[in-house]
Order: sequence, then C-alpha cells, then structure tokens
Amino acid sequence: MSHTTPDSVSAVAAAVRRRVLEHTLKNNGGYLSQACSSAEILATLYLRVMRLGSSTAPLVPRRFAGVPSASNPDAFTGADYNGSRTPELDRFIFSPVHYALVLYSLLIELGRLGANALDEFNQDGSTVELIGAEHSPGHEVTAGSLAQALSQAGGIALARRLRGDTGRVWVFMSDGECQEGQTWEAFAALAHHRIGNLGVYIDANAQQCDGPMTSVMTIEPLAERLRAFGAEVHEVDGHDPDALAAPAAMTTMPRERPLVVIARTDPCRGLERLRERAPKLHYVRFQPGQEFETYQALLADLEAN
Amino acid sequence: METVQRPHRDNLIRWAKDRPEVLVLSADLTASCEADGFREAYPDRFFSMGMAEQNMLSFAAGLAREGFTPYLHSFAVFLTRRSFDQVAMSIAYPNLPVRLIGFLPGITTAGGVTHQAIDDIALMRILPNMTVLECGDATDVESVLDVAQAINGPVYVRMLRGEVPRLFDPAEPMQFDQARILSEGTDLAVLSSGICTEEAMRATQALRERGLLIVHLHVSTLKPFTDPQIVAAISNARRGVITMENHSIIGGLGSAVAELMAEHVVGKRLIRIGLRDTYAHGASRPYLMREYGLDTLALVRAVEELSGEPLGLTEETLAEVRLDTIRPTEKTEDL
Repeated sequence: MSHTTPDSVSAVAAAVRRRVLEHTLKNNGGYLSQACSSAEILATLYLRVMRLGSSTAPLVPRRFAGVPSASNPDAFTGADYNGSRTPELDRFIFSPVHYALVLYSLLIELGRLGANALDEFNQDGSTVELIGAEHSPGHEVTAGSLAQALSQAGGIALARRLRGDTGRVWVFMSDGECQEGQTWEAFAALAHHRIGNLGVYIDANAQQCDGPMTSVMTIEPLAERLRAFGAEVHEVDGHDPDALAAPAAMTTMPRERPLVVIARTDPCRGLERLRERAPKLHYVRFQPGQEFETYQALLADLEAN
Repeated sequence: METVQRPHRDNLIRWAKDRPEVLVLSADLTASCEADGFREAYPDRFFSMGMAEQNMLSFAAGLAREGFTPYLHSFAVFLTRRSFDQVAMSIAYPNLPVRLIGFLPGITTAGGVTHQAIDDIALMRILPNMTVLECGDATDVESVLDVAQAINGPVYVRMLRGEVPRLFDPAEPMQFDQARILSEGTDLAVLSSGICTEEAMRATQALRERGLLIVHLHVSTLKPFTDPQIVAAISNARRGVITMENHSIIGGLGSAVAELMAEHVVGKRLIRIGLRDTYAHGASRPYLMREYGLDTLALVRAVEELSGEPLGLTEETLAEVRLDTIRPTEKTEDL
C-alpha cells in the first residue's frame, strides 16, 4: 500500500532475516539464503503491492485437521492469513514452498501470525510445516511439486475474470522453477488467453539445490525468454523496495498480458558471512563449534542494531 | 445391435446447456474428443489449452477452486500418464471437482502404444480422493456426466467415442457404485467393464444355451469398489469368477475383484482376462482383441477352464450370436 514507506519494507525485511537466522540456529538448519534473497520481495508484496484484507485466521496456528477429502469437512487452507476473499481484493499464491520459513517470519512481523508461531515449526501435528502445504499459514494451493502453482494461479485468475472480479492474483516464484517445462506451458497459456489480472514476482537468486544455476541448467536470458512468451517483463534490484513496487504501481487494470517482475537478488544479502559457504546455500546447517558461535554472535549484532 | 453415432458430442451440448459452472478445456484434440459441439455452442465456456497437459490440469485445479467444474477432454494416456503428478498434486490432493474425460481406452485405437491407455485405471485408482468411472455403451455415455457431476471430488471418466453400441435401455441410466446385472446364475460370475461387456454378452448368451448359469455384471464404477451386488455375485459363484477388461490385468477391474475376494474370504478361482502385463501395438480393434485375448472366445476358453469341460463353442457359433439392447422385459425373462 502506498502509505508505507520504503524504510518500513526494509525494516520488515531486516526483521525477517534476523528471525530466520535465529530459527536456523535454534533448529540446527534452515532455508536461510532464501530469506536473504527474498525478504524485500515478500515484504514489498505484502506492504506495497497486494491489496489484501486483514487476516481472518487465528494468531496461534491451527493444528493439522487432516487432508482434504469428501469426508473431511474440517480441512482448510492457510489463505485466510492473507485476508478474506472478496471480488475487489487481491490473492496471493506462494509457489516455492520451501521458502515457508521466510513467509511465516514475514507474517509474524506483519502481525498476521503470533510471535511464537515458529515454536510449532516442523513439529508433529502442526501446520507450520518445513515445506509449506496448502494448510500452512499464508499458503493457498499445493505447490511443493514446483511449477504447478503458476498454472493453478492462472486458473484462479481466469475464474476471477469470468466472474468479473477486479482484484488481481499475485504469484511469488523462484527462478529455479523456470527449468520446469510446465512454467513455460503456463506462460504460453496466460498470454494466449490474455490473462492480465495476474502478476508474478520471481526471486532470481541464481541458486538451486545443486549449486549456482549456471552450473546446473541455465535459464538465461530469462527476461528475453519471458518477453518472447508474451509477458510484460521488468528486471529490478530485488532488494530495492521502490524498484520492486514500481512495476505493479504503473500498470493499470484492465490489462491483457501477465506482468512479471524479475527481482535480481543476492542469496547472502544482509549476512555477508554466508558467502563463505557458497555454493552450498540451498539449506544451511551450521557446523557445531566455531561456525555456530560465529553466527550466534552475528545474530546478537543484528538484534542490537 | 443398435449403435449411436458420437453420443458424447450431442449429450455434452444438451447436458451443459443450463449448467453455467461447467467449462470444457481441451488439449488440441477437441473434435477427436467430441467436444467440438460444445465449443461451437458455448464458446465463452470453452478454453483451448494447447498441447500442454500439465498446465491444463493445474489450470483446471485453479478454476475448480473458484467454483467452476472443468471437464477436461483429451486422450486417456495424456490425462493420466503424461501428467500424473499434476493430477495427484494439483487436483486429487485438494479433492477438487475436476472431471477428466479420457478417450481411447485400451486397444480401441489403431494409434499404437502411445495412444492406447492400458494403465489409466490403475493410475487413477491409486490416487486418494479420485473416483473412477468407465462407459460400456451409449446409455452409459449419456448418463455418466450426471454421475460424475454429483461427486464431491475429482472424477476420471473412461469415455467412448464414435460409433457406440446401445447395450442398455436409455431409461436405465448409469448408477454410481452400482453394477448392472445382465444375467443371473450361480455357476460362474463374470464381471466385465467397458467394451468388454459387449464381448462378454455374446459369450454368456451362447453359454446360457449350453446350460451354464452365469451371473454377469457390467461394472462402471471402478473406484470406489463397494457395490454389495459384486460381493454377492462372487460369493455365490460355485465354480469361480472371471473378470474381463480392456486394460492391464494389473491395477484395474481384475485387481479390484481380487482384492475384494481376499478381503471377503471368497476362496475360489479367479481368471483375469485383459492385457497380460504387456503393451499392445497399432492395429484394428477386432484384431487386437483376438491377438491379446480380450474377446468373446477368450471368455469362452476361461469358462471352459473353470467348468473343466469343453463347451463345443467355436468362433463360427459365437459369430452367430445376435445382441439386442437390453430392455427391462427381456432382462426379467433372463432372470
């Protein structure tokens, strides 16, 4: 929302990094580099891009109520942390659900989730799962098999257009998902059906499980590829809140093609020390002893500032 | 035998008329899957998704989450096997009302191994939340949409196209989880599905004339598989049970019956007619049914094996069997 200043996005992003580092130390492992790369993107989406209502979900995360089925009326999704569904409001679809810890931390900083919600992270019977599921706070679809969320969001966006909703659908993706063929099938379909009420923010941190994407399977030139598939593409500094918010602000509805913001990011942003672990950044577990203590000291510094 | 030309094409147009929530998505096989009539009648509810089944399946999940009921039309192999993870994760896990209308079941196509769905029922049966239906004649085709639409969750329909026989009275529509009892008897139980039912009916008619009392059930709901008529039929069959399906004998009707027999401690012989853990190849339907043992003669041989005596039925005698649409009165005479 426009009343929020860039400083508050940066402040929230810093708090998310700090919380994820704290949890990674406490939990002896975590998706820490993803917090470093995506903190500003997700904070900008929630604070300056998406039009969401207040959370209608409990601050203390609900317990898992069973998988969806015809005989389970109690199953739920975590979408109500993003507010109620109305024709005017936007929707958020979270694709790379191994970033769940980052999203939970952001929801805590924004007051949509209680301060102690991470106590239930990866605990048996909890919805605050390691890899986010559709019942996890802030999540709406089953996305862990990567690249399926964009297609699902396309279906939601098309349905909203058929209904005449004015709200948009925002998708947060990781760059690694651009290796999946389904991503390109989805962009082709979005352009063909002129689905303009959908926007995608890609965390282009250039890292994946096996290491740097250039060594695993390059996806560049990503912007040119996406433009060739019919999207309106903006490439921005993924740690600059103004640059991140601008493409969404300057595009007005109705529009006839999907918007894509490629956010170029640094997987060690805000935690310079992490760079010495490269290229092993996908899942960070500190060595007991000196490394652990070093990061504990870094956390103390972050908390002091 | 009365046949109907493209029953799904006309029925879909008629059936969807006053159902604005029904959308059709197609992956470049629209006329091949008899959805061209829908496309012309309701262009605003038809979406061409191109040769991109993975996206089509997940896209449909998004539409279903918003209250629409997408009917996906493609060949069965592409809906079930090519994009299995999308069916499982985007559609089946969230229990979304997406309807997969799969064409060219088994060896009904000369298109060869790439087009012949021999494992689709197995793949769909193992997915939690998924309901599996199969059509065996024009009446099934014309009533399966009502059965599918009433289900709270995803449905896979194994559909027939083109010239389809009318085996069953149009006044007796397909019923969910309820087999059609085509004949009664306690010597043997025959359970058939899809196009194998017509073949089985030719055999059972000839076998009845030889004095064998056969209970013959046409199964159209393959999951769930809880029809008490099926348990009763297999429990009462003195000499054993035969299943007959246009699918691999692994994971389809034969497996479902085997599981049921084990669970109900029905200790008798079971012969599963179907593709015996093999792929097929491109050729005509009658040739493939003979080659792979899915036809009338295959059932007669299985009956001979269970009854322990040759029945003297030849290809020629079986060819003379004339089938008519089963009307309620005829069925009563059969009983």
